[in-house]
Amino acid sequence: MELVQQDQLQRLIDSFAGKDVYIHLETTNGSYAAHFQEGFFNAGAFIRNIVVNYELGKVAGDSPHRIGLKLPSGWIYAQGITHYELDEHGRLLMAGLGPDGKLAVALEISETPFTY
Amino acid sequence: MEKERHVLVIFPHPDDEAFGVSGTISTYIEMGVPVTYACLTLGEMGRNLGNPPFANRETLPMIRKKELQASADAMGLTDLRMMGLRDKTVEFEDDEKMVKLVADLIEELNPSLLISFYPGLSVHPDHDATGRAVVEAVRRMTEFDRPKLYTIAFDNKTVEQIGHPDVHHDVSGVTEKKLGAMNAHASQTVWMMEDMQKRLDAQDPDALKWLKTEHFYTYSFK
Repeated sequence: MELVQQDQLQRLIDSFAGKDVYIHLETTNGSYAAHFQEGFFNAGAFIRNIVVNYELGKVAGDSPHRIGLKLPSGWIYAQGITHYELDEHGRLLMAGLGPDGKLAVALEISETPFTY
Repeated sequence: MEKERHVLVIFPHPDDEAFGVSGTISTYIEMGVPVTYACLTLGEMGRNLGNPPFANRETLPMIRKKELQASADAMGLTDLRMMGLRDKTVEFEDDEKMVKLVADLIEELNPSLLISFYPGLSVHPDHDATGRAVVEAVRRMTEFDRPKLYTIAFDNKTVEQIGHPDVHHDVSGVTEKKLGAMNAHASQTVWMMEDMQKRLDAQDPDALKWLKTEHFYTYSFK
């Protein structure tokens, strides 16, 4: 994965618009957050292999970027995206990596299902 | 350490075995005791991808699978089972399915000793869920048939709730293998190991104690 180049990422997000695509969306503080920091309120969410068809997708803001996908009757949104890659399977993988190299958020778009 | 008929280790993530059990596993293998390690997931949801990243969400499982195999090789372990669950989902699997997964392994291998996590005191939801399944599978056996169950507990409340471990293994004969297992999981441990190696080189007593001894709580079904 490389640092986001906004215009390139925007073109890639445009290229999946109007198609049935599989989504992976994840946000996490890590399972140990409350163990290392007493009283930490640990919240996160994860969906994988949900099929959607978005009509419009946008890369917003400076890095770390916000990515918003407008669905016919809903929304998908990720905040904190720093890195991206179009992998060898044609999947658009985006992630937000902190300076410590730990993933905090991931948004992935694919025309084929992700693994289990 | 006593000789065992067969030792079965059950943990959810590649690297769960490395820090506190790899010396024990290596020592049993050197004693000629058969050891099976069933690893439930491939740590697919690991957060450590590096910056700049060395992996992404989709390539991480294959990296961790190779690391798990390398750790097994370092310990001399030949019976490694990868059980195909997904990281961070173990507690959401059907409870009976999880108990059966453990019971089937026990039935196949007839272990005299099981090693897993202490349910409720092992911090990560996958750890607690694995421990629960193991405890329940053993609980359902007749007392006469039950293997011993050694558990790892490291929640901040552990000592307050269950005191200190009662089992202490001297693994000073296999320190190279233990470090090999730790280093095999580079994607998870490389930063920790740099610091650990410095401390070992400086003869830091806590680091040496960690390297040479491993501690367990015998799970009581009373």
